[in-house]
Amino acid sequence: MLSQVKDLLLLAAGSALVSNVVLSQFLGLCPFLGVSKKVETAAGMGTAVIFVITLASGVAGAIYRFLLVPLHIEYLQTIVFILVIAALVQFVEMFLKRYMKSLYEALGVYLPLITTNCAVLGVALTNVQKEYGIFTGIVNGFATAVGFTISIIILAGIREKMAYHDIPESFQGMPIVLVTAGLMAIAFCGFSGLL
Amino acid sequence: MKTENSVWERLFNGIVKENPTFVLTLGMCPTLAVTTSAVNGLGMGLSTTVVLALSNLLISALRKVIPDKVRIPAFIVIIASFVTMTQLLLQGYLPDLYDALGIYIPLIVVNCIILGRAEAYASKNPVILSLFDGIGMGLGFSLALTCIGAVRELLGAGEIFGIRVMPEGYVPFSIFIMAPGAFFVLAALTAIQNKVKIAGEKKGKDMSKIQSGCGHDCLSCEKAAGCQEKTVLDGGQEKTVSNSGQGEDA
Repeated sequence: MLSQVKDLLLLAAGSALVSNVVLSQFLGLCPFLGVSKKVETAAGMGTAVIFVITLASGVAGAIYRFLLVPLHIEYLQTIVFILVIAALVQFVEMFLKRYMKSLYEALGVYLPLITTNCAVLGVALTNVQKEYGIFTGIVNGFATAVGFTISIIILAGIREKMAYHDIPESFQGMPIVLVTAGLMAIAFCGFSGLL
Repeated sequence: MKTENSVWERLFNGIVKENPTFVLTLGMCPTLAVTTSAVNGLGMGLSTTVVLALSNLLISALRKVIPDKVRIPAFIVIIASFVTMTQLLLQGYLPDLYDALGIYIPLIVVNCIILGRAEAYASKNPVILSLFDGIGMGLGFSLALTCIGAVRELLGAGEIFGIRVMPEGYVPFSIFIMAPGAFFVLAALTAIQNKVKIAGEKKGKDMSKIQSGCGHDCLSCEKAAGCQEKTVLDGGQEKTVSNSGQGEDA
Protein backbone atom coordinates (compact mmCIF):
# COMPACT_ATOMS: atom_id res chain seq x y z
CA MET A 1 0.00 0.00 0.00
CA LEU A 2 2.69 2.44 1.08
CA SER A 3 4.86 1.61 -1.88
CA GLN A 4 1.90 2.16 -4.22
CA VAL A 5 1.35 5.62 -2.77
CA LYS A 6 5.05 6.31 -3.16
CA ASP A 7 4.95 5.19 -6.79
CA LEU A 8 2.00 7.45 -7.51
CA LEU A 9 3.71 10.43 -5.89
CA LEU A 10 6.86 9.81 -7.91
CA LEU A 11 4.78 9.53 -11.07
CA ALA A 12 3.01 12.79 -10.22
CA ALA A 13 6.27 14.64 -9.57
CA GLY A 14 7.67 13.25 -12.81
CA SER A 15 4.70 14.35 -14.91
CA ALA A 16 4.37 17.76 -13.30
CA LEU A 17 8.00 18.84 -13.11
CA VAL A 18 10.53 16.55 -14.79
CA SER A 19 8.77 15.93 -18.09
CA ASN A 20 6.71 19.10 -17.95
CA VAL A 21 3.94 18.97 -20.52
CA VAL A 22 4.70 22.32 -22.14
CA LEU A 23 8.39 22.83 -21.59
CA SER A 24 9.66 19.39 -22.46
CA GLN A 25 6.81 17.72 -24.37
CA PHE A 26 5.58 20.78 -26.29
CA LEU A 27 1.92 19.96 -25.79
CA GLY A 28 -0.58 22.76 -25.26
CA LEU A 29 1.68 25.48 -26.66
CA CYS A 30 -1.18 27.53 -28.08
CA PRO A 31 -2.79 28.41 -24.74
CA PHE A 32 0.66 28.57 -23.13
CA LEU A 33 1.71 31.34 -25.49
CA GLY A 34 -1.74 32.81 -26.07
CA VAL A 35 -3.31 33.17 -22.64
CA SER A 36 -0.24 34.11 -20.63
CA LYS A 37 -0.36 37.89 -20.72
CA LYS A 38 -1.78 38.24 -17.20
CA VAL A 39 -1.30 36.04 -14.14
CA GLU A 40 -5.01 36.14 -13.42
CA THR A 41 -6.13 34.78 -16.78
CA ALA A 42 -3.27 32.30 -16.77
CA ALA A 43 -4.47 30.97 -13.43
CA GLY A 44 -8.02 30.72 -14.79
CA MET A 45 -6.83 28.81 -17.83
CA GLY A 46 -4.71 26.56 -15.62
CA THR A 47 -7.65 25.71 -13.37
CA ALA A 48 -9.85 24.91 -16.33
CA VAL A 49 -7.12 22.70 -17.79
CA ILE A 50 -6.66 20.82 -14.51
CA PHE A 51 -10.41 20.26 -14.34
CA VAL A 52 -10.80 19.03 -17.92
CA ILE A 53 -7.64 16.91 -18.15
CA THR A 54 -8.33 15.10 -14.88
CA LEU A 55 -11.88 14.34 -16.00
CA ALA A 56 -10.87 13.46 -19.56
CA SER A 57 -8.12 11.06 -18.52
CA GLY A 58 -10.60 9.26 -16.27
CA VAL A 59 -13.30 9.03 -18.93
CA ALA A 60 -10.91 8.11 -21.74
CA GLY A 61 -9.24 5.50 -19.55
CA ALA A 62 -12.57 3.94 -18.64
CA ILE A 63 -13.74 3.86 -22.26
CA TYR A 64 -10.50 2.27 -23.37
CA ARG A 65 -10.60 -0.35 -20.63
CA PHE A 66 -14.28 -1.27 -20.78
CA LEU A 67 -15.22 -0.63 -24.39
CA LEU A 68 -12.25 -0.71 -26.76
CA VAL A 69 -10.27 -3.55 -25.18
CA PRO A 70 -13.18 -6.04 -24.83
CA LEU A 71 -14.24 -5.34 -28.42
CA HIS A 72 -10.64 -5.57 -29.69
CA ILE A 73 -10.84 -2.22 -31.44
CA GLU A 74 -7.92 -0.52 -29.69
CA TYR A 75 -6.77 0.93 -32.99
CA LEU A 76 -9.78 3.25 -32.94
CA GLN A 77 -8.41 5.00 -29.85
CA THR A 78 -7.46 8.25 -31.58
CA ILE A 79 -10.89 8.72 -33.14
CA VAL A 80 -12.74 7.74 -30.00
CA PHE A 81 -10.63 9.89 -27.68
CA ILE A 82 -10.90 13.06 -29.72
CA LEU A 83 -14.67 12.73 -29.97
CA VAL A 84 -14.99 11.91 -26.28
CA ILE A 85 -12.91 14.94 -25.35
CA ALA A 86 -14.91 17.29 -27.59
CA ALA A 87 -18.18 15.98 -26.20
CA LEU A 88 -16.87 16.06 -22.64
CA VAL A 89 -15.82 19.70 -22.83
CA GLN A 90 -19.21 20.58 -24.24
CA PHE A 91 -20.94 18.61 -21.51
CA VAL A 92 -18.82 20.11 -18.72
CA GLU A 93 -19.67 23.55 -20.00
CA MET A 94 -23.41 22.88 -20.03
CA PHE A 95 -23.24 21.27 -16.61
CA LEU A 96 -21.36 24.18 -15.07
CA LYS A 97 -23.67 26.70 -16.70
CA ARG A 98 -26.69 24.96 -15.22
CA TYR A 99 -25.53 23.96 -11.76
CA MET A 100 -22.42 25.91 -10.81
CA LYS A 101 -22.90 29.44 -12.01
CA SER A 102 -19.95 30.92 -10.15
CA LEU A 103 -17.48 28.33 -11.39
CA TYR A 104 -18.87 28.73 -14.90
CA GLU A 105 -18.30 32.47 -14.78
CA ALA A 106 -14.72 31.88 -13.71
CA LEU A 107 -13.84 29.16 -16.22
CA GLY A 108 -16.44 29.67 -18.97
CA VAL A 109 -14.25 31.57 -21.43
CA TYR A 110 -11.44 29.06 -21.22
CA LEU A 111 -13.41 25.88 -21.69
CA PRO A 112 -14.02 26.11 -25.45
CA LEU A 113 -10.31 26.78 -25.98
CA ILE A 114 -9.41 23.55 -24.25
CA THR A 115 -10.85 21.21 -26.86
CA THR A 116 -8.04 22.21 -29.16
CA ASN A 117 -5.44 21.92 -26.43
CA CYS A 118 -3.43 18.95 -27.61
CA ALA A 119 -2.33 18.26 -24.04
CA VAL A 120 -5.74 16.71 -23.31
CA LEU A 121 -5.50 14.18 -26.12
CA GLY A 122 -1.79 13.80 -25.42
CA VAL A 123 -2.39 12.73 -21.82
CA ALA A 124 -5.14 10.31 -22.79
CA LEU A 125 -2.87 8.67 -25.37
CA THR A 126 0.15 8.58 -23.05
CA ASN A 127 -1.92 6.84 -20.40
CA VAL A 128 -2.81 4.13 -22.88
CA GLN A 129 0.69 3.85 -24.31
CA LYS A 130 2.29 3.48 -20.91
CA GLU A 131 -0.45 1.02 -19.89
CA TYR A 132 -1.51 2.95 -16.80
CA GLY A 133 -4.62 1.79 -14.97
CA ILE A 134 -7.58 4.11 -14.75
CA PHE A 135 -6.66 5.54 -11.35
CA THR A 136 -2.97 5.91 -12.20
CA GLY A 137 -4.10 7.59 -15.40
CA ILE A 138 -6.18 10.10 -13.48
CA VAL A 139 -3.23 10.87 -11.20
CA ASN A 140 -0.98 11.27 -14.23
CA GLY A 141 -3.52 13.56 -15.90
CA PHE A 142 -3.94 15.68 -12.80
CA ALA A 143 -0.17 16.02 -12.31
CA THR A 144 0.39 16.87 -15.97
CA ALA A 145 -2.25 19.59 -15.76
CA VAL A 146 -0.70 20.95 -12.56
CA GLY A 147 2.61 21.12 -14.42
CA PHE A 148 0.90 23.07 -17.19
CA THR A 149 -0.61 25.47 -14.66
CA ILE A 150 2.71 26.02 -12.90
CA SER A 151 4.52 26.86 -16.11
CA ILE A 152 1.78 29.09 -17.56
CA ILE A 153 1.56 31.09 -14.31
CA ILE A 154 5.34 31.53 -14.15
CA LEU A 155 5.41 32.67 -17.78
CA ALA A 156 2.55 35.10 -17.17
CA GLY A 157 4.39 36.54 -14.15
CA ILE A 158 7.52 37.08 -16.22
CA ARG A 159 5.54 38.60 -19.08
CA GLU A 160 3.83 41.07 -16.73
CA LYS A 161 7.26 42.31 -15.61
CA MET A 162 8.61 42.22 -19.14
CA ALA A 163 5.98 44.70 -20.33
CA TYR A 164 8.07 47.49 -18.78
CA HIS A 165 11.29 46.52 -20.48
CA ASP A 166 12.91 47.84 -23.58
CA ILE A 167 13.03 44.93 -26.01
CA PRO A 168 14.73 45.10 -29.43
CA GLU A 169 12.19 45.85 -32.11
CA SER A 170 12.35 42.57 -33.96
CA PHE A 171 12.14 40.56 -30.74
CA GLN A 172 8.96 42.24 -29.53
CA GLY A 173 5.91 40.03 -29.22
CA MET A 174 6.28 36.33 -29.82
CA PRO A 175 10.10 35.96 -30.14
CA ILE A 176 10.88 37.27 -26.66
CA VAL A 177 8.15 35.07 -25.19
CA LEU A 178 9.73 32.07 -26.90
CA VAL A 179 13.16 33.00 -25.56
CA THR A 180 11.62 33.26 -22.09
CA ALA A 181 10.00 29.86 -22.55
CA GLY A 182 13.37 28.46 -23.64
CA LEU A 183 15.06 29.78 -20.50
CA MET A 184 12.26 28.32 -18.40
CA ALA A 185 12.78 25.01 -20.17
CA ILE A 186 16.46 25.10 -19.20
CA ALA A 187 15.44 25.76 -15.61
CA PHE A 188 13.01 22.84 -15.70
CA CYS A 189 15.79 20.59 -17.05
CA GLY A 190 17.23 20.95 -13.56
CA PHE A 191 14.37 18.88 -12.20
CA SER A 192 15.58 15.83 -14.08
CA GLY A 193 17.93 15.08 -11.19
CA LEU A 194 14.92 14.86 -8.91
CA LEU A 195 13.91 11.29 -9.65
CA MET B 1 -5.36 24.72 -68.92
CA LYS B 2 -7.09 26.81 -66.31
CA THR B 3 -7.17 23.96 -63.82
CA GLU B 4 -3.52 23.22 -64.46
CA ASN B 5 -2.63 26.82 -63.69
CA SER B 6 -4.57 26.84 -60.47
CA VAL B 7 -3.04 23.50 -59.45
CA TRP B 8 0.43 25.09 -59.62
CA GLU B 9 -0.95 28.17 -57.92
CA ARG B 10 -2.22 25.97 -55.05
CA LEU B 11 1.15 24.23 -54.66
CA PHE B 12 3.03 27.54 -54.71
CA ASN B 13 0.53 29.03 -52.28
CA GLY B 14 1.07 26.24 -49.77
CA ILE B 15 4.84 26.08 -50.03
CA VAL B 16 5.70 29.76 -50.23
CA LYS B 17 2.89 32.30 -50.04
CA GLU B 18 0.95 30.83 -47.14
CA ASN B 19 3.57 28.51 -45.69
CA PRO B 20 1.76 27.03 -42.69
CA THR B 21 4.73 27.31 -40.36
CA PHE B 22 6.52 30.49 -41.35
CA VAL B 23 3.60 32.60 -42.53
CA LEU B 24 0.47 31.30 -40.86
CA THR B 25 2.30 29.88 -37.80
CA LEU B 26 -0.09 27.00 -37.38
CA GLY B 27 0.70 23.62 -35.88
CA MET B 28 3.43 24.72 -33.52
CA CYS B 29 3.37 21.69 -31.21
CA PRO B 30 4.80 19.15 -33.68
CA THR B 31 7.04 21.85 -35.14
CA LEU B 32 8.89 22.16 -31.87
CA ALA B 33 8.58 18.63 -30.61
CA VAL B 34 9.85 16.45 -33.43
CA THR B 35 12.46 18.65 -35.07
CA THR B 36 15.38 17.22 -33.12
CA SER B 37 16.84 16.08 -36.44
CA ALA B 38 16.22 16.74 -40.11
CA VAL B 39 15.03 13.17 -40.70
CA ASN B 40 12.43 13.35 -37.95
CA GLY B 41 11.22 16.70 -39.23
CA LEU B 42 10.91 15.34 -42.76
CA GLY B 43 9.12 12.19 -41.54
CA MET B 44 6.63 14.19 -39.54
CA GLY B 45 6.14 16.61 -42.41
CA LEU B 46 5.47 13.85 -44.92
CA SER B 47 3.08 12.00 -42.59
CA THR B 48 1.16 15.24 -42.13
CA THR B 49 1.20 15.79 -45.90
CA VAL B 50 -0.39 12.40 -46.51
CA VAL B 51 -3.11 13.02 -43.95
CA LEU B 52 -3.68 16.56 -45.18
CA ALA B 53 -3.94 15.60 -48.84
CA LEU B 54 -6.24 12.62 -48.26
CA SER B 55 -8.51 14.39 -45.79
CA ASN B 56 -8.78 17.42 -48.06
CA LEU B 57 -9.66 15.08 -50.92
CA LEU B 58 -12.37 13.23 -49.03
CA ILE B 59 -13.81 16.30 -47.35
CA SER B 60 -13.99 18.11 -50.65
CA ALA B 61 -15.67 15.10 -52.27
CA LEU B 62 -18.21 14.96 -49.45
CA ARG B 63 -18.69 18.70 -49.11
CA LYS B 64 -22.21 18.65 -50.52
CA VAL B 65 -23.22 15.59 -48.46
CA ILE B 66 -22.07 16.65 -45.00
CA PRO B 67 -24.69 18.83 -43.31
CA ASP B 68 -23.23 22.16 -42.23
CA LYS B 69 -24.32 21.77 -38.65
CA VAL B 70 -22.25 18.67 -37.96
CA ARG B 71 -19.38 19.41 -40.30
CA ILE B 72 -16.67 19.90 -37.68
CA PRO B 73 -17.28 16.55 -35.94
CA ALA B 74 -17.50 14.93 -39.38
CA PHE B 75 -14.18 16.50 -40.42
CA ILE B 76 -12.58 15.33 -37.20
CA VAL B 77 -13.71 11.76 -37.76
CA ILE B 78 -12.36 11.79 -41.32
CA ILE B 79 -9.04 13.27 -40.22
CA ALA B 80 -8.73 10.87 -37.29
CA SER B 81 -9.35 7.90 -39.60
CA PHE B 82 -6.55 8.94 -41.95
CA VAL B 83 -4.25 9.60 -39.00
CA THR B 84 -4.94 6.11 -37.67
CA MET B 85 -4.18 4.60 -41.08
CA THR B 86 -0.94 6.56 -41.34
CA GLN B 87 0.00 5.48 -37.85
CA LEU B 88 -0.58 1.80 -38.63
CA LEU B 89 1.37 2.06 -41.90
CA LEU B 90 4.31 3.74 -40.19
CA GLN B 91 4.25 1.16 -37.43
CA GLY B 92 4.31 -1.60 -40.00
CA TYR B 93 6.82 -0.30 -42.53
CA LEU B 94 8.94 2.37 -40.82
CA PRO B 95 9.18 1.25 -37.19
CA ASP B 96 12.25 3.42 -36.51
CA LEU B 97 10.46 6.60 -37.52
CA TYR B 98 7.38 5.43 -35.64
CA ASP B 99 9.40 5.12 -32.46
CA ALA B 100 11.10 8.46 -32.97
CA LEU B 101 7.85 10.36 -33.52
CA GLY B 102 5.95 8.44 -30.87
CA ILE B 103 2.88 10.15 -29.50
CA TYR B 104 3.10 13.01 -32.00
CA ILE B 105 1.72 10.80 -34.79
CA PRO B 106 -1.76 10.38 -33.28
CA LEU B 107 -1.56 14.04 -32.29
CA ILE B 108 -1.60 14.99 -35.98
CA VAL B 109 -5.38 14.92 -35.43
CA VAL B 110 -5.27 18.11 -33.39
CA ASN B 111 -2.85 19.86 -35.73
CA CYS B 112 -4.58 23.17 -36.54
CA ILE B 113 -3.33 23.07 -40.14
CA ILE B 114 -5.45 20.09 -41.12
CA LEU B 115 -8.75 21.21 -39.67
CA GLY B 116 -7.94 24.74 -40.76
CA ARG B 117 -7.50 23.73 -44.41
CA ALA B 118 -10.57 21.51 -44.29
CA GLU B 119 -12.66 24.38 -43.04
CA ALA B 120 -11.08 27.20 -45.00
CA TYR B 121 -10.49 25.47 -48.34
CA ALA B 122 -11.59 21.89 -48.89
CA SER B 123 -15.16 22.39 -47.72
CA LYS B 124 -15.71 25.05 -50.38
CA ASN B 125 -13.63 23.99 -53.38
CA PRO B 126 -13.55 21.21 -56.00
CA VAL B 127 -11.77 17.90 -55.38
CA ILE B 128 -8.61 18.28 -57.51
CA LEU B 129 -7.81 21.75 -56.26
CA SER B 130 -8.39 20.67 -52.65
CA LEU B 131 -6.06 17.70 -53.11
CA PHE B 132 -3.31 19.96 -54.41
CA ASP B 133 -4.00 22.52 -51.73
CA GLY B 134 -3.40 19.75 -49.19
CA ILE B 135 -0.24 18.59 -50.94
CA GLY B 136 1.06 22.17 -51.21
CA MET B 137 0.38 22.97 -47.57
CA GLY B 138 1.85 19.65 -46.52
CA LEU B 139 5.03 20.20 -48.54
CA GLY B 140 5.32 23.69 -47.09
CA PHE B 141 5.03 22.21 -43.62
CA SER B 142 7.57 19.46 -44.44
CA LEU B 143 9.99 22.04 -45.81
CA ALA B 144 9.70 24.15 -42.67
CA LEU B 145 10.12 21.17 -40.34
CA THR B 146 13.10 19.86 -42.30
CA CYS B 147 14.77 23.29 -42.17
CA ILE B 148 14.23 23.69 -38.43
CA GLY B 149 15.33 20.09 -37.90
CA ALA B 150 18.46 20.64 -40.00
CA VAL B 151 19.41 23.79 -38.07
CA ARG B 152 18.93 22.05 -34.74
CA GLU B 153 20.78 18.93 -35.86
CA LEU B 154 23.64 21.01 -37.30
CA LEU B 155 24.13 23.06 -34.15
CA GLY B 156 23.24 20.34 -31.69
CA ALA B 157 25.05 17.36 -33.20
CA GLY B 158 27.16 18.77 -36.04
CA GLU B 159 25.33 16.62 -38.59
CA ILE B 160 22.64 16.98 -41.22
CA PHE B 161 20.55 13.92 -42.11
CA GLY B 162 22.99 11.94 -39.99
CA ILE B 163 26.00 12.95 -42.12
CA ARG B 164 28.81 14.74 -40.33
CA VAL B 165 29.32 18.20 -41.82
CA MET B 166 31.03 20.14 -39.06
CA PRO B 167 34.84 19.86 -38.78
CA GLU B 168 36.39 17.33 -36.44
CA GLY B 169 37.05 19.79 -33.63
CA TYR B 170 33.48 21.08 -33.45
CA VAL B 171 31.92 20.69 -30.02
CA PRO B 172 28.15 20.42 -30.49
CA PHE B 173 25.78 22.61 -28.46
CA SER B 174 23.71 19.68 -27.34
CA ILE B 175 21.15 22.09 -25.91
CA PHE B 176 19.83 22.61 -29.44
CA ILE B 177 18.56 19.08 -29.69
CA MET B 178 17.07 19.31 -26.22
CA ALA B 179 13.76 21.01 -25.44
CA PRO B 180 15.04 24.57 -24.79
CA GLY B 181 16.79 24.65 -28.17
CA ALA B 182 13.46 24.30 -29.94
CA PHE B 183 12.20 27.46 -28.31
CA PHE B 184 15.39 29.35 -29.14
CA VAL B 185 15.42 28.32 -32.80
CA LEU B 186 11.77 29.23 -33.21
CA ALA B 187 12.36 32.54 -31.38
CA ALA B 188 15.17 33.38 -33.78
CA LEU B 189 13.03 32.45 -36.78
CA THR B 190 10.07 34.58 -35.69
CA ALA B 191 12.44 37.44 -34.89
CA ILE B 192 13.84 37.27 -38.44
CA GLN B 193 10.29 37.17 -39.75
CA ASN B 194 9.40 40.23 -37.65
CA LYS B 195 12.45 42.01 -39.03
CA VAL B 196 11.34 41.30 -42.60
CA LYS B 197 7.84 42.41 -41.75
CA ILE B 198 9.00 45.68 -40.16
CA ALA B 199 11.31 46.39 -43.09
CA GLY B 200 8.44 45.71 -45.49
CA GLU B 201 6.07 47.97 -43.63
CA LYS B 202 8.58 50.79 -43.75
CA LYS B 203 8.56 50.48 -47.52
CA GLY B 204 4.79 50.68 -47.41
CA LYS B 205 3.99 47.12 -48.41
CA ASP B 206 0.97 45.33 -47.05
CA MET B 207 2.34 42.78 -44.62
CA SER B 208 -0.87 42.04 -42.77
CA LYS B 209 -0.88 38.52 -44.11
CA ILE B 210 2.22 37.55 -42.19
CA GLN B 211 1.28 36.85 -38.62
CA SER B 212 3.73 36.41 -35.84
CA GLY B 213 2.71 33.60 -33.59
CA CYS B 214 -0.56 31.70 -33.46
CA GLY B 215 -0.29 32.42 -29.77
CA HIS B 216 -1.46 36.01 -29.96
CA ASP B 217 -5.09 35.40 -29.32
CA CYS B 218 -6.77 32.15 -30.08
CA LEU B 219 -10.19 33.76 -29.79
CA SER B 220 -9.64 36.01 -32.76
CA CYS B 221 -7.56 33.54 -34.75
CA GLU B 222 -9.77 32.98 -37.77
CA LYS B 223 -7.37 30.84 -39.70
CA ALA B 224 -7.39 28.04 -37.17
CA ALA B 225 -10.87 26.71 -37.62
CA GLY B 226 -10.07 24.27 -34.87
CA CYS B 227 -10.29 27.07 -32.35
CA GLN B 228 -13.88 27.71 -33.35
CA GLU B 229 -14.95 24.20 -32.73
CA LYS B 230 -17.11 25.16 -29.81
CA THR B 231 -18.82 27.97 -31.65
CA VAL B 232 -19.72 25.51 -34.33
CA LEU B 233 -20.96 22.76 -32.07
CA ASP B 234 -22.82 25.25 -29.94
CA GLY B 235 -24.12 27.97 -32.19
CA GLY B 236 -24.02 26.05 -35.43
CA GLN B 237 -26.99 27.89 -36.85
CA GLU B 238 -25.51 31.37 -37.11
CA LYS B 239 -22.13 30.20 -38.31
CA THR B 240 -23.68 27.93 -40.88
CA VAL B 241 -25.52 30.79 -42.50
CA SER B 242 -22.49 33.03 -42.82
CA ASN B 243 -20.28 30.21 -43.99
CA SER B 244 -22.47 28.69 -46.66
CA GLY B 245 -22.87 32.19 -48.05
CA GLN B 246 -19.13 32.46 -48.35
CA GLY B 247 -18.88 29.06 -49.93
CA GLU B 248 -21.09 29.98 -52.83
CA ASP B 249 -19.15 33.15 -53.49
CA ALA B 250 -15.90 31.25 -53.67
